[in-house]
Amino acid sequence: MTRYSAWSVFKNGLSGHKNWGRAWRDPEPKTEYDVVIVGAGLHGLATAYYLAKNHGVKNIAVVEKGWLGGGNAGRNTTIVRSNYMMPGNRDFYEHSLELWENLSHDLNYNVMFSQRSHISLLHTPAARDGAARRYNTMRLTGTDAEIWDLDTLKREVPHLNYNSARFPIMGAAVQRRAGSARHDAVAWGYARGADQHGVDIIQNCEVTGVTREGGKVTSLETSRGTIKAGKVGFAVAGNSSRLWSMAGLGKLPIETHKLQAFVSEPLKPLLDQVVVFGVGGAHFYISQSDKGGMVFGGDLDWYKSYAQRGNLPIVQDVAECATSIMPCLGRVRLLRHWSGVMDMSMDGAPFICKTPVDNLYLNAGWNYGGFKASPASGWHFADLIANDRAGRKIEHFNLQRFERGVNIDERGAGPDPKLHG
Amino acid sequence: MIRINCPFCGERDHSEFTYGGDASIEYPALDASIEEWHEAVFLRENIRGMQSETWHHVNGCRSWLIIERDTMTHEIKSIRPAHEGYASALASSSSSSNDAVGEQDQ
Repeated sequence: MTRYSAWSVFKNGLSGHKNWGRAWRDPEPKTEYDVVIVGAGLHGLATAYYLAKNHGVKNIAVVEKGWLGGGNAGRNTTIVRSNYMMPGNRDFYEHSLELWENLSHDLNYNVMFSQRSHISLLHTPAARDGAARRYNTMRLTGTDAEIWDLDTLKREVPHLNYNSARFPIMGAAVQRRAGSARHDAVAWGYARGADQHGVDIIQNCEVTGVTREGGKVTSLETSRGTIKAGKVGFAVAGNSSRLWSMAGLGKLPIETHKLQAFVSEPLKPLLDQVVVFGVGGAHFYISQSDKGGMVFGGDLDWYKSYAQRGNLPIVQDVAECATSIMPCLGRVRLLRHWSGVMDMSMDGAPFICKTPVDNLYLNAGWNYGGFKASPASGWHFADLIANDRAGRKIEHFNLQRFERGVNIDERGAGPDPKLHG
Repeated sequence: MIRINCPFCGERDHSEFTYGGDASIEYPALDASIEEWHEAVFLRENIRGMQSETWHHVNGCRSWLIIERDTMTHEIKSIRPAHEGYASALASSSSSSNDAVGEQDQ
């Protein structure tokens, strides 16, 4: 497999870029694997990559019902940040951000990670106090965090509505190391990296049944035949509950909801950072892609749904948010909007854990936050599968936490999945 | 847009309503075991297909409704008031009874 470099670009340029090899193979499924990961999204591919790279596991397959990166990996707003406060989340997301910082080099694939600052607008003294508490906690635990006054914010982001906002902007809470990345490149980079380590990525291979014998999963029934497995990991956000019930395990603390996102026609450089707006009932986040499109999103559609398509009230809601904080977007045309279905968990925190079945492992419940988490999620899920014990950074991400009363409820919204935005 | 035929108000856009949650949950007695409460509060069947769920007509008559809706196609199969007898009580207390109420509440 070609190692990408300036030299390889130059060399292939001489032959008109017609001789690049394919980035990963398209293998037929074997009858048996040591580890089968279900779901070739960012989490599944990252898990396979780190299983092979960090733990030397051979004979791994990633099975995917559609095409790799075609689920939520391709349906998000690509925000990367670690501004979490709760113990359990704090360490984990910081580790993920550290992995992002070196990801392009590690994968030899440009994931276009851009640390362009994540700016949460503040509109009330109470919000400012709350943000100060959260961002001070971040500083005390080794992350960068800043609170900006209005003058600093105006200097850095001049286009916001500072004149006629219903809730005037007072300042902002900022994480400078946060930013965004190119979602497809992350999926392709992990796929290529995993493939180079011998992982079979099997697309168009839907799991239709989970066979258990003697307290263990023995094989998966798929649309491309039966695949025997030594260990199985589920990483299928949105459909976790369906696989869970296929495995005969009953219910999960998860509901499936859909979240829309939007991109505008390409514009000249307008917004250098990721900006987040949330006051009262509003929830809105926006950044500008390298191609120029304004990428933005808001709340869930509010009702449970497996349909990967959005609904109009949220389009209106998000458009109102957009024009209320950036009135200059008023005449910008929408290019596309789309929707992904996600696992909304009961406390807004994920699961990377063992299950009641010995050789089955669960990676689920990512709510809005799966994109930024994918490197650390793969890293620690691989560690869990390889060593059959949860490492310190994921010890709270288990299914027992609700019974024990140790919910990791970052937003303090209670056990209602749709509220954990 | 999902159109919801409220038994009291007629057919309206779903943006007039708020989604409550899974209507199949039965809360246990107050002194039930922690396991039973854990299941009722935290665990969900999360059906892909027809499920029973609660909606609140918050910008309308403010009634809670129980709706059977497909979570994949969003097709609605049935709608009824969440509180039994509520519709008929309303109808009998008012001289201008609404026919739609009587039909939907059977």
